[in-house]
Amino acid sequence: MRLSRFTRGGLALFATFVVFFLIAPLLVIVLFAFDASNVQTFPIHHWTTSWFSVAWHDPAVRGALWLSLKAGVLATAIALVLGMLVAFGIHRFRFFGRDTVSLLLVLPIALPGIVTGLALQSAFNLAGIPFSLYTIVIGHATFCIVVVFNNVIARLRRTSMSLLEASADLGASPVQTFRLVTMPMLSTAIIAGALLAFALSFDEVIVTTFTAGAQNTLPLWIFGAIRLGQQLPEVNAVVVGVLVLTLAPIAYAARISSGESVGKSAGSGT
Amino acid sequence: MNNPRFRRWTGFSVMALILSLGAVPATFAGSAGASSSTPPTQGMAPQQSVGKGEGTLNLIAWEGYAQPQWVAPFTKSTGCKVNVKYAGSSSEMVSLMANGGGHQYDLVSASGDADLRLIYGGNVKPINVNLVPSWKQFRPFLQAPSFNTINGRHYGISYEFGPNVLLYSTKTFATAPTSWSVLYNKAYKGKITVPNNPIQIADAALYLSKVKPQLKITDPYELTQTQFKAAVSLLKTQHPLIKKYWDLASQEISLFQNGSVVAGAAWPYQTNTLQAAGAKVADTIPSEGATGWADTWLLATNAPHPNCAYKWMQYVSTPKVQAEEALYFGETPANTQACAIMNTLQKGGCAAYHANAPASYFSTIKFWKTPLAACGNGKSNCVDFTQWQQAWTQIAG
Amino acid sequence: MSNGARLRQRAGAALWRRPWLRGVLTLSPPLLWFLVVYLASLVTMLVTAFFSVNSLTGSVVYQWTWSNFSQILTQPVYGSIILRTLVMAVAVTVTDALVALPFAFFLAKIASRRWRQLLLAMLLLPLWASYLAKVYAWINILSDKGVLPGIESRLGLPTTHIAYSNIAMWIVFSYLWLPFMIVPIYGAFERVPDSLLEASSDLGAGAWSTFRWILLPMVLPGVVAGSIFTFSLTLGDFITPLLIGGSSSNFIGNAIYDSALNGGNLPFAAALAFVSIAIMAVYLLLARFAGAFEAL
Repeated sequence: MRLSRFTRGGLALFATFVVFFLIAPLLVIVLFAFDASNVQTFPIHHWTTSWFSVAWHDPAVRGALWLSLKAGVLATAIALVLGMLVAFGIHRFRFFGRDTVSLLLVLPIALPGIVTGLALQSAFNLAGIPFSLYTIVIGHATFCIVVVFNNVIARLRRTSMSLLEASADLGASPVQTFRLVTMPMLSTAIIAGALLAFALSFDEVIVTTFTAGAQNTLPLWIFGAIRLGQQLPEVNAVVVGVLVLTLAPIAYAARISSGESVGKSAGSGT
Repeated sequence: MNNPRFRRWTGFSVMALILSLGAVPATFAGSAGASSSTPPTQGMAPQQSVGKGEGTLNLIAWEGYAQPQWVAPFTKSTGCKVNVKYAGSSSEMVSLMANGGGHQYDLVSASGDADLRLIYGGNVKPINVNLVPSWKQFRPFLQAPSFNTINGRHYGISYEFGPNVLLYSTKTFATAPTSWSVLYNKAYKGKITVPNNPIQIADAALYLSKVKPQLKITDPYELTQTQFKAAVSLLKTQHPLIKKYWDLASQEISLFQNGSVVAGAAWPYQTNTLQAAGAKVADTIPSEGATGWADTWLLATNAPHPNCAYKWMQYVSTPKVQAEEALYFGETPANTQACAIMNTLQKGGCAAYHANAPASYFSTIKFWKTPLAACGNGKSNCVDFTQWQQAWTQIAG
Repeated sequence: MSNGARLRQRAGAALWRRPWLRGVLTLSPPLLWFLVVYLASLVTMLVTAFFSVNSLTGSVVYQWTWSNFSQILTQPVYGSIILRTLVMAVAVTVTDALVALPFAFFLAKIASRRWRQLLLAMLLLPLWASYLAKVYAWINILSDKGVLPGIESRLGLPTTHIAYSNIAMWIVFSYLWLPFMIVPIYGAFERVPDSLLEASSDLGAGAWSTFRWILLPMVLPGVVAGSIFTFSLTLGDFITPLLIGGSSSNFIGNAIYDSALNGGNLPFAAALAFVSIAIMAVYLLLARFAGAFEAL
């Protein structure tokens, strides 16, 4: 497809605008982390770095961060196991209701989060299950499974099954085949899926509103802080801290997703 | 039909149907919603002593009720780590407690309108006031008020009370407005904010009780169908004037700081926060009077950390914490000894927040209570809370 | 060969010979999870929609009734709330599709590898910033004394005052869900082989014809897949309307939230959730025919 220089330039300019649109609010978050006043207006009159130390020493922030990390790791772990299983199953086997299963998997992200949240809350209440870390994890894992599933099944569809058969023909046990052939083929897809699943869990607020107990996850703490209106810059400071910590995994995720096409052509070449 | 896609979909619905038939109805059998004239937990014997703290305390509280200034010293001295869930309305507190939260939370700082629902819902249980020494220093009418004490059983200890105020920009209003009518005045179209809360209907009713005496409104929470309709239609005419129905205290703060609104219904908390940030605002209680709240820390029936809960009740009823809270939020403490401390913390603080006012001051505020069909007139012709809720959706929707 | 290894190999061979057994073993844990946790919960909630609530204590009265549904159908306010939510969901979806198509095209087909990496990182970065903090940042931007009016007045431009309105919600929603639209479209563009585009232009097709007749049909499933996210996320949100909406900005989500948490009327909230599910079911049905599930 040959594009005129004008069209290419126009598209590049447009892309720049879109990136600015995506990033500008993040810059605003960073900016207001240094606002001395807890009632925020622009331009900022008094600057301070003290909110970072307030956030660092705030036991509520630490507790919320820790709970979010635990919930994210557990939900991602469950999602990895179940998401990979269902991806293998759907990819490998033909059976009645196969399409129903793939629809079912999509439901937790296709149906509004408030529906999932309310449904889980009703069920937990009815079953007499008290809200805790585990009810949060159950809610998160349910919509994280599909994220892992999507990434893994997309990779499986692109790879050839004959490799697995060759491995079995050469005498490898299913475990060996899985460890030595399947996993290396899928590793970047699994990592990308896990990262996205963790990110979704870490930032989830709507389902969590309905399934969390007395302990706050980080988003719930942020919502509490926003409604209180006393520590708004502290919220910004916390978010900036989280962003800085996630720069490395994001760079990695971007590299593996941008490398897909390269890897694909290299794979077909060898 | 032979369309394979169609078959896949039917497969799905059949699956859902089987599940719904098989799994669910059994679980519903046998339970029934019940409410009687005696609270379900009335017979539960309160504990006789306060043991060692459990290390954690889970609270449901109003914004501003668990500030680090007094939470940190509490944690330090008792070892009870405090988790707070903020709720923006009494109803939200009831929901949090009723929907499984009863096993999570220890105490809830509910207002009078939620207390009876929590007590008769069995979500809270009797406490032993003898374990809370400062309780004896409380104003007599707050030691056993009808909203938290039934048949001589205390379900919690009173905390603070105060009025909902008219918050206004001093740039727009050189002198304090004397009537709630500014909130219904077309001159301030798009410059007004009120809470997104059905209980706001009572504010309209209170205003109508003065400006339309022919409606014969005596209690803004006990409204006949005619009176209720008048209040609702007043609020519907108010809708076009509203910039935003605020859900969070911080929203009203931001709206005033940005100059986006000039008048609104508020808690004194917003006024204090705004004035501390240098905003040109003030608040007032107009001549029609005000609705208000009287809060109680109620003990959850299944409180997982009862000892920390008692320690909290002991701590927040002491004059010092009562004074700090009163000044911070802008309300009146239950403890009479708080007055002197308020004056040392802020000059004239005691009088400013009526901590030394006689009991008659209390009766000038129309405290939030749950609207019931069976209202004070002996007949059952009042509009109940479910209808308030639905009417509010119509108003704000 | 040790006994254990022989056993493992035999087990492996047995599994290899019985694909149905492997299928059952592979699929039953995830399916059980979905049936027990998710579908059972949904059904529980939907059954609750046919009950009512004791207005004093907020406890559910287990007596079959259609009253919740008849209320939603007969009271005009719910009609306007549902309509408002739908219009916003469609507007946000269309906006995001229009922004994402050229952007994803640039990303997949024009940008160099290095740029692509950078742009993808920029795209993923907002996903890690708290949703709430992003919405609040938009309040800081759009407020009357916010960043946007502040910059405008410094530049001598007329200032915009759109905070707390449906326009503000439209901007914020479009912003929040844009990455969810871009990623599947980018994936779809990536799967279009460059040789196909070259063939098209070799055969004399202009850039526009190639886009219209070759590219667009191939990426359409990606667009539909992205639209499921943008549509459903907008449909189910209640926090953005609460934080940045104006005086007439209630969504179905707000009505659900108010009924469930503020009103303590779980059955009514469930009935409203039923409405969202019905809307989404129709949408998924349409998406299904557009082949979106393969592209998700």
